[in-house]
Amino acid sequence: MKNKTPNKYGIAAAVVGVLMMIFGIYRGEAEAVLAKAVRICLECIGIG
Amino acid sequence: MDKKQRSKKQKSTEAPRHIFQLLWAVITNSFVTGFIQGRIYTGSLKNLCVPGLNCYSCPGALGSCPIGSLQSLISSRNYKFTFYVSGFLIFIGAVFGRFVCGWLCPFGLVQDLLHKIPFPKKLRTFRGDKILRKLKYVILLVFVIILPMVIVDITGQGDPWFCKYICPAGMLQGGLPLTLLNEGLRDTIGFLYAWKFVILAITVILSIIIYRPFCKYICPLGAIYSFFNKISVFTLRCDKEKCVECGKCGKVCKMNVDPKEAPNHSECIRCGLCEKNCPTGAISCNWKTGSNKNSENIKPENNDEY
Repeated sequence: MKNKTPNKYGIAAAVVGVLMMIFGIYRGEAEAVLAKAVRICLECIGIG
Repeated sequence: MDKKQRSKKQKSTEAPRHIFQLLWAVITNSFVTGFIQGRIYTGSLKNLCVPGLNCYSCPGALGSCPIGSLQSLISSRNYKFTFYVSGFLIFIGAVFGRFVCGWLCPFGLVQDLLHKIPFPKKLRTFRGDKILRKLKYVILLVFVIILPMVIVDITGQGDPWFCKYICPAGMLQGGLPLTLLNEGLRDTIGFLYAWKFVILAITVILSIIIYRPFCKYICPLGAIYSFFNKISVFTLRCDKEKCVECGKCGKVCKMNVDPKEAPNHSECIRCGLCEKNCPTGAISCNWKTGSNKNSENIKPENNDEY
């Protein structure tokens, strides 16, 4: 079995993912995630 | 090799994965103060998502749940699409595929351990199994994307429908410990809590009988990662030159995939059981793919195993 290089489509998708994350951080989405995650999510735990 | 010996061998080959799963679950849920005081971690690490289904309202959670974060952003009045969480899911999916399900998901570990509980008649497959596996894609589309985005209140804010009405991980990791430890929260429990408790109880019972029922039929995170299994950098390969067609790999696979025919099938969680049980070493999990015609790594359409 000849091992070649890692899957090029996988690498391309990973790069797209990283670029999207960077753009998302630039838009302030990471702070929005943090703002949600630091409060108890009442829906998640079945309260409200 | 009789049944008892076979199961003993299988058990021993799964131990390293379970230790890894446990370590990962402990590391990502290591805010001990939360478990003592009945509160959650509020530090900046929660900017980051963890790859597996891990409720951010678990008292120990250091990171954010990707499905919770995804719903939280697309249901908010400020964002109707999230580049950050979508990019994270694409990145993790493209690199690992469903390896995350097999190795990095705490709720996957819970189901793995529950399935080890003896039961007179474990169900490997049943009528309707194949159709039911599509349910997770419907749940992803309807409960994680459409409903949180479309059903909004007068301020434009929607609900996290999957977290609120379906997710048993939220109940197990967040609901149970927080209501046990926090008297204020305990006083507010009502119908929704009972509903989610019943869902968790059903998941627990089914996990004893069926291997990973939540992952197979419900999990929207597994559904997302399954799209990437065919192209992920971490991949499973079957060398047709070495394969002696003994069928052992398909028999040991608890997700009912036939690795010989479709090593990167969307249901494969990269647990590695097939690799460890292959008598000729034809199956391998690694970071490389090949153009060799004798090795198959993309052939999902031929798999009718489940």
